[in-house]
Amino acid sequence: MKEKLLKPARKHSMWNFREHYIMLIPGIIFFLVFCYGPMYGLIIAFQDFYPLKGISGSSFVGLKHFKALFTNPFFLSVLRNTLIISLYKLLICFPAPILFCLALNEIKRTGFKKVVQSISYLPHFVSWVVVSGIFIEFLSPSRGPINIILQNLGFEPIFFIADPKYFRGVLVLTDMWKSIGWGSIVYLAAITNVDPALYEAAEIDGAGRIKQIIHVTLPAIMPIVTVMFIMESGKILNDSFQQVYNFLTPTTYEVGDVISTFVYRMGILNMQYSFTTAVDLFKNTISFILVVVTNAIARRTSDYGLW
Amino acid sequence: MKSKIRRTKEDWIVDIIVYLIAIIVAVSIILPFMQVITISMSPSSVVNRNGFHLIPTEFDFSGYTKIMSDDNFWHSYLNTIIRAVIGTAACVAITVLTAYPLSKKNLPHRKGIMLFIVFTMYFSGGMIPTYLLIKNLGLLNNFLVYILPCLVTGFALIITRNFFMTIPEALEESAKIDGASNFKILLRIYLPLATPVIATISLWYCVQHWNSWMDNMLYVTDNSLYVLQYLLQTILNSGQTPDMEQAVGIAVHTETMKMAALVLSLIPIVCLYPFLQKYFIKGMIVGSVKG
Repeated sequence: MKEKLLKPARKHSMWNFREHYIMLIPGIIFFLVFCYGPMYGLIIAFQDFYPLKGISGSSFVGLKHFKALFTNPFFLSVLRNTLIISLYKLLICFPAPILFCLALNEIKRTGFKKVVQSISYLPHFVSWVVVSGIFIEFLSPSRGPINIILQNLGFEPIFFIADPKYFRGVLVLTDMWKSIGWGSIVYLAAITNVDPALYEAAEIDGAGRIKQIIHVTLPAIMPIVTVMFIMESGKILNDSFQQVYNFLTPTTYEVGDVISTFVYRMGILNMQYSFTTAVDLFKNTISFILVVVTNAIARRTSDYGLW
Repeated sequence: MKSKIRRTKEDWIVDIIVYLIAIIVAVSIILPFMQVITISMSPSSVVNRNGFHLIPTEFDFSGYTKIMSDDNFWHSYLNTIIRAVIGTAACVAITVLTAYPLSKKNLPHRKGIMLFIVFTMYFSGGMIPTYLLIKNLGLLNNFLVYILPCLVTGFALIITRNFFMTIPEALEESAKIDGASNFKILLRIYLPLATPVIATISLWYCVQHWNSWMDNMLYVTDNSLYVLQYLLQTILNSGQTPDMEQAVGIAVHTETMKMAALVLSLIPIVCLYPFLQKYFIKGMIVGSVKG
């Protein structure tokens, strides 16, 4: 009875929620201006944009800049670098936290485990400016411990940061350094949900520790591993500007220049606004499709997934 | 009881591998920090000597005194503190204000508004249109450029909203009967109950502000508005070409000064670290479970 009385009132309820809508105003304005505003600006990818004329004054040129993309040798090399670096990261940086979390889970001394965990989270809170500063110092040919060991063994010191042969390796390793501890949290959370009785049952059945890891721990984190992997692979075109920019020097452009650093140099510094916007739009559209598809797959495989 | 059972060979092997992994990870994270700290407090004669620089042998804090007497450094440090304080407060306020209505299950058009927000997490206009927009808004070389364009993060908004949704509606209804407005309900009932999630997002925004430098690089050319991370970048990059690395002293900033600046920029993060660990992990777990 009471339900029926309330229902009609809820129907014309936008007015009832007026206070709520007022609260939403600042947030909505923010998203409109700073997120949707730049999307309107994407129009310049289809124009020969001149800042003085503005968007309304510049002439439309259709897909000219998109056609130019695929004949631009720099763009193709930059696209290749982006894909290769992302692939390396997916192959090496993705499994690392899983291995680390499996190891942590086997450590029974809680004190030691906590210390290792605390240390491993620290790099997550440090900016890429600082990380690059630390590693340029740490990998320096004259003072870096790795190079000192190499020298003592009779090898030539290697200038890791500036050598095209090692540059991608540096990117992958520093990314791993920064994310290994933090990345393991999700998996550790999944492990804590495992019923301890499962381990006891496995032990009674004669399973050793390796078998327990394979048959109890791994299946417990497998769903989230799958989801994370699917979602990570959707980000394959999203390079990390903050990381690459801080390590990149002209000597390593050929192997390390990625889409975002290319856009920054060509767009902001050389003011080729329309062309670089086309580059970004191309990248963002493909990456958006990839992320949506991979997220949909991830959601189907389990009830995880960001959205 | 179990520990009394004799350890098998397998136990030993697993333990050795597992501890080895943990130690390798921990040591490889600490070593680079140790080198930076050591160099920051060593005299340059030691820094240029061949050999490891992982534990300080001679102390000389001239790197710190020199960088601390640099006005630009303090100015950018202060800018960053102001930015972090005002920015975090503004971010949290707007995030909470937006999250609260969206946590109401029967808010009309809730789904549409959420879609409007979530879309921005996956698609953006990119660097150049954003730059042109900021320029047109007159925010170049303006302190507000550090605060306005990053007011709300979709992720923080979603975890706040999710937390609000777990607060029982009965509490709200009783307050409504007493005649409280929605704003009052948010302030008096929701906020006190949501302190853990507020702490999480505050620290989140705070670290984000502390570590941010791209907005400075893209939108600000005025020296007096530089933030710490960007100044640090220019300090670290000064005189950093392969051939000049040997010739310390030519560059304005010596290696010890660079490292001292780096260490000083890390101090607030280290001070906040116990809180960061506690609340970030909570947020991470809450956020990863379901949007």
